[in-house]
Amino acid sequence: MGIAEQHELVFRARGLTKIYRMGEVEVPALRGIDLELRAGELVVLLGPSGSGKSTLLNILGGLDTPTSGEVFYLDHNLTAAGERDLTAFRRDHVGFVFQFYNLIPSLTARENVAVVTEISPAPMRPEEALALVNLGERLDHFPAQLSGGEQQRVAIARAIAKNPSVLLCDEPTGALDSQTGVVVLEALEKVNRELGTLTVLITHNVGIADMADRVVRLSDGQVVECRANPAKRSAHELSW
Amino acid sequence: MRLALHPLDVKLLRDLWHMRGQVLAIAAVIMGGVATLVMSLSTYDSLTTTRDRFYRDYRFADLFVTLKRAPEPVAERLRAIPGIERLETRVRAGVKLEVAGFADPITGLLLSVPDSGDALLNGLHLKRGRMVQPYSSDEVVLSDTLADAHRLEPGARIVAIINGKRKALEVVGVAVSPEYVYQIAPGSMFPDFKRYGVLWMGRSALAAAYDMEGAFNNATATLTRGAPVQAVLDRVDGVLAAYGGTGAYPRQDQFSNRFLSEELKQLQTTATIFPAIFLGVAAFLLDVVISRLIALQREQIAILKAFGYSNRAVGWHFVKLVLVVVLLGVAAGTALGAWFGRWLADVYQETTFRFPYLDYLLNAGTVLVALLVSAAAAITGTLFSVFRAARLAPAEGMRPETPAIYRATVLERIGLQRWFTAPTRMIMRHIERRPVKSLLTVLGISCACGLMMVGNYQKGAIDFMVDVQFRQAAREDLALTFIEPTSGKALHELAAVPGVTHVEGFRDVPAILRFQNYSYRSAVFGIQPEGRLHRSLDRRLQPVRLPAGGVVLTDHLANKMLHVKPGDLLTIEVLEGRRQVAQVPVLGITQQYLGVSAYMRQESLNELLHEGNVLSGAYLAIEPGAEPAVYAELHERPRVLGMVANAAAIRSFYATIGEFVLFYNMVASLLAGAIGFGVVYNSARIALSEGGRELASLRVLGFTRGEIAYILLGELAALALAAIPVGMLVGVGLVAILVQAFESELYRLPLILNADNYAGGAAVIVVSALLSGWLVWHKLGKLDLVAVLKTRE
Repeated sequence: MGIAEQHELVFRARGLTKIYRMGEVEVPALRGIDLELRAGELVVLLGPSGSGKSTLLNILGGLDTPTSGEVFYLDHNLTAAGERDLTAFRRDHVGFVFQFYNLIPSLTARENVAVVTEISPAPMRPEEALALVNLGERLDHFPAQLSGGEQQRVAIARAIAKNPSVLLCDEPTGALDSQTGVVVLEALEKVNRELGTLTVLITHNVGIADMADRVVRLSDGQVVECRANPAKRSAHELSW
Repeated sequence: MRLALHPLDVKLLRDLWHMRGQVLAIAAVIMGGVATLVMSLSTYDSLTTTRDRFYRDYRFADLFVTLKRAPEPVAERLRAIPGIERLETRVRAGVKLEVAGFADPITGLLLSVPDSGDALLNGLHLKRGRMVQPYSSDEVVLSDTLADAHRLEPGARIVAIINGKRKALEVVGVAVSPEYVYQIAPGSMFPDFKRYGVLWMGRSALAAAYDMEGAFNNATATLTRGAPVQAVLDRVDGVLAAYGGTGAYPRQDQFSNRFLSEELKQLQTTATIFPAIFLGVAAFLLDVVISRLIALQREQIAILKAFGYSNRAVGWHFVKLVLVVVLLGVAAGTALGAWFGRWLADVYQETTFRFPYLDYLLNAGTVLVALLVSAAAAITGTLFSVFRAARLAPAEGMRPETPAIYRATVLERIGLQRWFTAPTRMIMRHIERRPVKSLLTVLGISCACGLMMVGNYQKGAIDFMVDVQFRQAAREDLALTFIEPTSGKALHELAAVPGVTHVEGFRDVPAILRFQNYSYRSAVFGIQPEGRLHRSLDRRLQPVRLPAGGVVLTDHLANKMLHVKPGDLLTIEVLEGRRQVAQVPVLGITQQYLGVSAYMRQESLNELLHEGNVLSGAYLAIEPGAEPAVYAELHERPRVLGMVANAAAIRSFYATIGEFVLFYNMVASLLAGAIGFGVVYNSARIALSEGGRELASLRVLGFTRGEIAYILLGELAALALAAIPVGMLVGVGLVAILVQAFESELYRLPLILNADNYAGGAAVIVVSALLSGWLVWHKLGKLDLVAVLKTRE
């Protein structure tokens, strides 16, 4: 029994399939995924383009619904939830980090975080969240005044400020050079460590997998490998 | 040969299809401009063409004069005046009429036609029946207005009171005359087809009835080309002075023609002001939409140029796109404008102007003007954006546009930021980041409000004018004129008529008013200084006590026509009787919306005329319900020539203008709606396009549809709300322009806007905003949340 299994089960997916219908062609994106994710874990979903990792992340994050199979968040069945419930689920429990940051250009760093904390039931203060990603002194800068790495760290602060149960990151370093990417990963690592937030990180970059507690490899919509990573390395040791 | 579109043209069509909602909204605004332009110009063309043809074919005269009585040989002296081409004498008389089954007083004008042969001038166009037979004594041709209002067909009989004697007349024809395209009873303010009409009768019969055998009391003439009009008029007046001539006047002062000209002038104003507003707004909208399209297509443009398309080809591609929208708008606008124009021409023909025919005319030139003006406005509006697209360097185009730079707004910088949530700050910063665009959007939306207010303005203005005229100034129930000036004792007789509760006498006399080199041919009214019925009003519409010894003038007459101010000495040249010329001080200015007048105390006017207590007529107040009996009684009195009943005049006026008001309300609502919806919907769609990614990100972060709608629609709502007061100002401004443009001696529109007008204007904005908001709300439901995770803009 691994360390992770001592913790609470956050996500439980059974037999997930997802078929996209593109005109007359059916494109299977997921073909029967079983997966369990526990509180406090840092999981890296690894796979090439088209392996289904983003589809899986979207379903876990309540942005998409599977064609068949079931996903449970704690004891909530996400598969049975409607649009309104999924919105509430995202709002209260999920933190998203996007590849292209998706900050609101008309809001400062502090306000980009505040836009989320204003609608959360038990958030931290925006300043606190930004301090956590080492941006405590750039609070009143607009996105156009921040570098890519800084913007991504604001995005992380925005994602964690609501104290989510899960942090879902889709290629968070995809648009950054490796040096900057490491700084961003350090921020994620710190959040995972200090707040104990379940963190799921999508990448096609094998090097990043070394910082995970667990690595799940996808290929053609199936889990081809799911291994614990006992030799977990810290983010600043990584390079690619 | 294969018919194939150039791939760029295929792209063009797809782009248009993709943004069809916006394309239609802009085309609708262009349609509004083109519709008003086409409606006004085509109606103008139709009316002028018809008028010119009618005037020419029926030999409408150039000069008109009325006199007391001159022996026929005097006409030869008139014909000898150089510049007179053809002159025809007539007998003319006012008459009271009776139509079976109609109790109200009807006033008529009897005009002679030659006993044999056609009239030389002012020929009649017979719509039904025939002309009077030579030397017949009881046949008349009736003007079609009165005939239609009472359904009098050839063969019908009416009764005329001629010199106190009842005479049965047989209607043998129904006609229209170039002299009476617009018909209105003397002393009356509005046309009233039921209570006024013109009758044409054989000369000898009419002369016999009025003791005018071998004499005439009216003449009309045509002038030779290039004749010095004023000199001819002066010489005619010189000849007729001894015969009681009341002053010759040229065609341009002929009442019917003058009214028609004013109306045509107004159509020209309409054809300029309104299309300018619409096309200005359309140009702005096109610019907003095209610059957004170009921003979205940066990469495509760069690729096209990388493939070797020239700047010119790329520029032309977008110009073509603009032109397609313009063509759509012009086509729809022309169709709508032609429909409006035909309708308007019909309304004119039915309610105001009587022509033998009215051919609705839509010139190719009008459509061409509409097309050129719209295309010019649209291309000018989009020139800068298209130019920028054409100049875009390919390599630069491949890179995404630099992110927008925002800053804290003024409100936040002065320390109010803690009052605003992040979404509210987003709204404020969006608005403040592009102040010009926000301002133009507000102005565009406000035009909808302004146009609506203009459309609804007429009803309130007319109500106000009627109220001032008939409930403040001319409050009499009946105004009657005597056949000739009569002793003041007649008032006692009138007061004794059962049902008459109050009587006030008046004296009026035709006169030329002169000050320095300005003059105006009109009349001077002598009324009671503190009359209860007929009063003149000051600027605040309070009745003024007429001062003794001087004259009080309507503001328009004093300020715009004679250029006199209180204290100046006005010269009055009386055109009747002993033709006194007197200098009289101007003692006051009065407010009047209908017509212009010069008022004196009756006793002062009597004094000026060197006469005793003499009256031209009287104003009567009548007990409610007693009207028919009073009319019948007065009808029998030989000295009473004409009667105008106010209540009936107002009723019939409302019946006539009802259709106009309805027409303008409908047109205004439709077009104001088009412009309001066009601006709001386009702004919403652009905001959605620009902010779509941002809003989708927020949805992913857990914002509800309502919460992101607040950010998007909140901005629009703020702009729309700001547009309401601005629009009200625009409305007031537009109405003020109209008031200025339509100002004439015939009437001045009051600048009166009531709560209904403002509410109507605001309602257009609110409805357009709600409709646009509803459409965009549905679009917000279709935001692709997954795509934003994976794409950069």
